[in-house]
Amino acid sequence: MWWVLFGFASSGTLILLGSLGWLVWEGTGVWGLNNPVGWGWAIVNFVFWVGIGHAGTLISAILFLLRQKWRTSINRFAEAMTIVAVICAGIFPGFHVGRFWVAYYLAPVPNQMGVWPNFRSPLLWDVFAVGTYFTVSLMFWYVGMVPDLATLRDRAKTKIRRLVFGFLSLGWRGGNRQWQHYEVAYLLLAGLATPLVLSVHSVVSTDFATSLLPGWHTTIFPPYFVAGAIFSGFGMVLTLTLIARKVYGLENIITIGHLEKMNKIILVTGSMVGYAYIMEFFISWYSGNIYEVFTFVNRAFGNYAWAYWIMMTCNVITPQFFWFKRVRRSVPMMFVLSIFVNIGMWFERFVITVTSLSRDFLPSSWDYYAPTLWDILTFVGSFGLFFTLFLLFLRFLPAIAMSEVKGVLPQADPHRSDGPAQSEEAVIEGAAP
Amino acid sequence: MKTPRAMIASFDTPGGLLHAAEEVRDKGYTRFDCHSSFPIHGMDDAMGLKRSPLGFIVGGMAVLGAVVGMGLQGWVTTVDYPLIFSGKPLWSWQAYIIITFAMLVLFGAFGTVLGMLFLNRLPRWHHPLFTSDRFASVTDDGFFISIEADDPKFDPEQTAAFLASIGGKDIETIEGEAR
Repeated sequence: MWWVLFGFASSGTLILLGSLGWLVWEGTGVWGLNNPVGWGWAIVNFVFWVGIGHAGTLISAILFLLRQKWRTSINRFAEAMTIVAVICAGIFPGFHVGRFWVAYYLAPVPNQMGVWPNFRSPLLWDVFAVGTYFTVSLMFWYVGMVPDLATLRDRAKTKIRRLVFGFLSLGWRGGNRQWQHYEVAYLLLAGLATPLVLSVHSVVSTDFATSLLPGWHTTIFPPYFVAGAIFSGFGMVLTLTLIARKVYGLENIITIGHLEKMNKIILVTGSMVGYAYIMEFFISWYSGNIYEVFTFVNRAFGNYAWAYWIMMTCNVITPQFFWFKRVRRSVPMMFVLSIFVNIGMWFERFVITVTSLSRDFLPSSWDYYAPTLWDILTFVGSFGLFFTLFLLFLRFLPAIAMSEVKGVLPQADPHRSDGPAQSEEAVIEGAAP
Repeated sequence: MKTPRAMIASFDTPGGLLHAAEEVRDKGYTRFDCHSSFPIHGMDDAMGLKRSPLGFIVGGMAVLGAVVGMGLQGWVTTVDYPLIFSGKPLWSWQAYIIITFAMLVLFGAFGTVLGMLFLNRLPRWHHPLFTSDRFASVTDDGFFISIEADDPKFDPEQTAAFLASIGGKDIETIEGEAR
């Protein structure tokens, strides 16, 4: 089963490499960009993938600080998904610069030309925000994994596995003198990552909000983007978890109760996103600015109305099904709805980016944007890369945070429960208050 | 020349390990550790450990990151490469807040990880405990106390008897090359 999935995923990665290769050979003209739509699928896909990552950080950092013990069953998955999603996100702006081999100009590197990047530009803020986000997520993920890597080291059957996991686990001995600093480190990393959940997508939204374009130039963007990011991220976590849970038979570790809690978060953030859509409409009318009014009427009834209504259907109506407990606890239903969330959130970014650009202030410069084959193949290929890396993670690294799951069991608090071990099921239910 | 480096004893439950840790602490041992595959609540007190100083390292690094971030931007935009964008002043600190914040978090996170590794003396792949086959279960379902041979109170026979008296099983002396 794994090999079948991996076969599909790695073919997707080859498509990605091929389409990026063609892009580099021929230039960004192979994409469907035109004037005035200078930002097309590349930025749409970038925002889409970065947004997906946010659920992982929310689960690993904010839910940790809030002592939500149920997170331990899914946090390793979600963190891995974050890292893989940010890698996929980075590809798009990286190649959108045209000559990707000089993409390092974005970093403040001293050079013989004496030139520095513009620190007042939101695009540069993005480089720092996403770069920090990736680095901190990677460290959080790795530090969380060290005790589990030590478990794999001690259970390794072959010399190669023992050497690799031995190296990666850094000589972890599980002594309490180590756990003491480790636990403080984990808490501090969670504290440092928590503001990132809110800040990274806020900074991404400033790419749009600091411009003067109607439909972009609004102060609602940062919170609206953050809610959307968490919404889309949980949609993707749910999709991946349901598949992995089925393939690996993890029903006793990732229980239906855990899934229900994720669905509640989707309901909350989805409703926030729906509120933001309606509020944007209201403010555009209330502002009295004819360009703003036109942009929003054009979104709903103009030449991209089809995309707008896909977005509204998937993002506003879909999550409302989760008001019903039967839906929240039905695996087939939540799988279908999570797919709709993924689709809807991609279309949200498409609507925001393309409708505003294609109809700006001057009718003579209006144009219709459509992606080319290479846009589509690059996006499809990025899914291939995403699933390839995620499948490799599932196969070779500890996909469930073993030491953390043990750490929330009653036995880890001997003062409270010193009795005989409970049955396995009772123990796992105990982890979900 | 092989000499004793440490002595380990195993316990059946986290609770047993916790109470044994209190006994070892009260007996006056200082160079000992309690090993388990997950952190056990109350173990820091049971072992008599002080609070981890990691927070100060991280705080210092975070402040340093913020200073570096703001300093870099301020120096570049006012001294090294002054350019006017949209009529804004050269020193437009409001626009530098985001990168300053990102650098604060980045430096803080590096301080956390590297500080934790430093305090734990990791990576260290050659610890004598790894020579024990039985000790490998520590990352699965084993609970161990280890007392190092350079503890002032360490004595091969008395320590073994003491560990047995507090419920330790499978007491094993770990030998290594003399230091």
